[in-house]
Amino acid sequence: MTQMVKVALTVNGARREVTAHPDTPLLWVLREQLKITGAKYGCGVGQCGACTVHLEGKPVFSCLHAIRDVAGKSVVTIEGLSPTGNHPLQKAWIEEQTPQCGYCQPGQIMRAAGLLKENPRPTRAQIVEYMKTNICRCGAYNRIIAAIERAAASARQEG
Amino acid sequence: MRRRAFLKRTGIALGFVAMPGGLLRVVDAHACGEEGDVDLNAWVHVSNSENTITVKCPTAEMGQGLYTAIPLLVAEELDADWRTIRVEQAPSDRVFSNPDDFSVQGVGGSRSTQGYWRIVRLAGAQARAILIANAAREWKVGVDECTTEPNNVVHAASGRKLSYMEVAKLDDIQLDAPLLTDKDLKPASQWRLLGRDVPRLDVPLKVTGTARYGIDVQIPGMYYASILHPPVATLPHPLYGDGAENGPLKIDSAEAIKIEGVARVVPLPHGVAVVGTDYWATVLGKRALKVEWKQGSLASQYDSEAKKREWVAVALDRTRQGRLFENAGSFDAAFKAAAQTLSADYVTDHGHHACMEPFNATASMMHDDMELWAPTQGQTWAQQACATVTGLAEDKIRVFTTFLGGGFGAKTEQLANAEAAMLSKIMDKPVKVIWSREDDVKHGAYRPLSAQHLDAAISADGKVTGWSHRVVADSVLARARKPAWDNNPGIDSAVAAGMTQPYGIPNKHHEYVHQPGGVPVGYWNAVGNGFTIFAVESFMDEVAAKLGKDPLQLRIDLLTDARGKAVLELARKMSDWNRPREGRALGVAYNHGGRGGRGGGGTGQLAEVVEVSVDRASGVIKVHNVWAVADVGTAIQPRHLRQQLETGIIWGLSAGLRERVTIKAGVVQQSNFDDYHVPRMDEVPNIQIALLQGAMEPSSGAGQIAGLPQAPMAPAIANAVFRLTGARLRAMPMLPQQVKQALSQVAITKA
Repeated sequence: MTQMVKVALTVNGARREVTAHPDTPLLWVLREQLKITGAKYGCGVGQCGACTVHLEGKPVFSCLHAIRDVAGKSVVTIEGLSPTGNHPLQKAWIEEQTPQCGYCQPGQIMRAAGLLKENPRPTRAQIVEYMKTNICRCGAYNRIIAAIERAAASARQEG
Repeated sequence: MRRRAFLKRTGIALGFVAMPGGLLRVVDAHACGEEGDVDLNAWVHVSNSENTITVKCPTAEMGQGLYTAIPLLVAEELDADWRTIRVEQAPSDRVFSNPDDFSVQGVGGSRSTQGYWRIVRLAGAQARAILIANAAREWKVGVDECTTEPNNVVHAASGRKLSYMEVAKLDDIQLDAPLLTDKDLKPASQWRLLGRDVPRLDVPLKVTGTARYGIDVQIPGMYYASILHPPVATLPHPLYGDGAENGPLKIDSAEAIKIEGVARVVPLPHGVAVVGTDYWATVLGKRALKVEWKQGSLASQYDSEAKKREWVAVALDRTRQGRLFENAGSFDAAFKAAAQTLSADYVTDHGHHACMEPFNATASMMHDDMELWAPTQGQTWAQQACATVTGLAEDKIRVFTTFLGGGFGAKTEQLANAEAAMLSKIMDKPVKVIWSREDDVKHGAYRPLSAQHLDAAISADGKVTGWSHRVVADSVLARARKPAWDNNPGIDSAVAAGMTQPYGIPNKHHEYVHQPGGVPVGYWNAVGNGFTIFAVESFMDEVAAKLGKDPLQLRIDLLTDARGKAVLELARKMSDWNRPREGRALGVAYNHGGRGGRGGGGTGQLAEVVEVSVDRASGVIKVHNVWAVADVGTAIQPRHLRQQLETGIIWGLSAGLRERVTIKAGVVQQSNFDDYHVPRMDEVPNIQIALLQGAMEPSSGAGQIAGLPQAPMAPAIANAVFRLTGARLRAMPMLPQQVKQALSQVAITKA
């Protein structure tokens, strides 16, 4: 497997074609070929969640999905979560001043967006259970929880 | 061309030189670029066209809040309207040196706010004085008749006003800078920005994915490089060594270069680089390399379990002399005269930073100069490292500092920067080096492993009359700040931080015995405090138990520092210390700010009480509640300070219970987050934090604030486990196996 192949996929609503080794993780195609760098490399083995994006609408570790397996599929990254960066979770993250170093936060937000899609009114225990896939080395966990609770509450009010 | 770029390229030095006696002056200042856009000094740029005031952030923003704290400090003295303040990362220039951090541009030992807070307030005050002087001249009135309100110079007598942006646009603006001293600074009572929370300037970028970290840097036409490092833990400091002792002996790159996208395999002294046009191709190339490595270095004989046993014996053996510091009285006399004595040995494992962003750097060498984009805590060191490996002059290396995805001391290291610089020179193109997580875990700047022996002497009337603490560990300075070590060999402020006794004990003996191990040890979040405070605060509890005294009260009784007593008193109240808990117990520990060397040190004060339970079957300790009281002097951003304290508590919890790097024959046994455990969301206890302010100066930068609560967590947990079970845990981390052994020991003793 020493030669590259062409693969087409949809990223943040736009059709993109890339040339890459077939086992290249989606993460690195996004970051180094498409220059969409919001999703971050943390571990490469699905242990930290910094690379979380939505694949066909569901949060996944983009480091674990080879580009050949995402051909024709739809990917949304933090850059595509909302056109203006104004998603309720992003607003809540600012209100709570959640990020510290901030490196893991795009992954945290994309994971949280997956949670609220599945469960718009999560309990604290459900938040913790769902979010424990994602590491924050600064330990901003309590403010991640607070931001998710805030976003969920604001969605309820608006709904 | 933007003026910033112009200044960089022409090398015009702008700004201050710290003068003896605490004076500051402007070396040079220029009005240039667009009309009405002016650098008032190195730190402050006023733009009439954009209606903004831009402040330079001198060194790394790594989550500690410097990106907001520096502009706040400047704006306070400048009397600026906060809404018009912008921030940008400073270029590499010694004018931005940190007076408190080896006088280089950078931050380690958590000295960002502590180091810069005075100089940047003077910069703000000076910029304000320049604006006043120009407005006064325009109005033909005396400077003394003018004052300011946010973003305006005001002449009250005539009712005239000029905004800062209007002054910047004056045709004949003069930038002669007055000499200012501390007495020209506002008293705290007049502060209107400091101490009040403002939204942090980096946060919006960090929720949209637009914040640029080192690993995000993209340069058209750049190469990528993945580097195969030796099996043995190897992190040479580029200023003092090239790591060739563990480097490649024989390289078979035949398979690697067949991979599409791999351009070249480049041997380096300490490793082998696979360079290519596609990042993943370089990863595949790295996997395809077959390399034989040199053997026989000191590191390759290093076994962490064996070292602990060996160094415990060294700590116990008083004929193995080290360097003494801050001793008082005569411990030997106190020990001989004692009615009772007490001894204990403590051991601690290596710890790893595990920054979420692994080491990376992007370098672009062009003829006789180089640009480096790096997530670095050391701008000057980056210049020096790149100059050393390329042969360029230091001032020909321009460092562009990105955001850091975690720093914690690790990113004072310079190897990745040097790798990018070497490869850019060899390839004659920009090169971006990205370390894998496995590289990062296996070649870290680990917290030193330590063995510590403590003795206490107690008089017939129950007074603690003597205290001896011997620390045996490898040296951080000997590896990472060799000139400081060579200048005063045997003294390591980073390792010894925290061991100097804070308690009012008349006869005190502190001794550091250096033992070289060969594996890389470095500045891990608060470094020495992380293990010395474990020993000091655990042993203080052992002394209390021997005396039959309440361990919290004993600390208050022995401390001479009123601020120390105050944090302990409040922690007692908050935790309801005397209330028994069913199946749980409380433990306390205190951190006096890491005296005994400046490494991670300051004059902060912190008391921590934890509530734990122990699952006797598994040996697992659970921490349910943490109460922390901190006095760090002035809190510039109180809300963010609390966040930093919480970070430290979570680090300390994890360091105390789980985190460790083990090494066999020089090879680190962990490789990723599956076997190097860092805390996850479900491990965070309830945390309550209170702030006291017993001193005016910020004792420390926010990073050190994170180190302040980190160190006492482990001893507080150990002390709580002792109160709950009678078992004394003297090894960190307190893994379940050790807990079970200690519990069974108690059972045997009782039987």
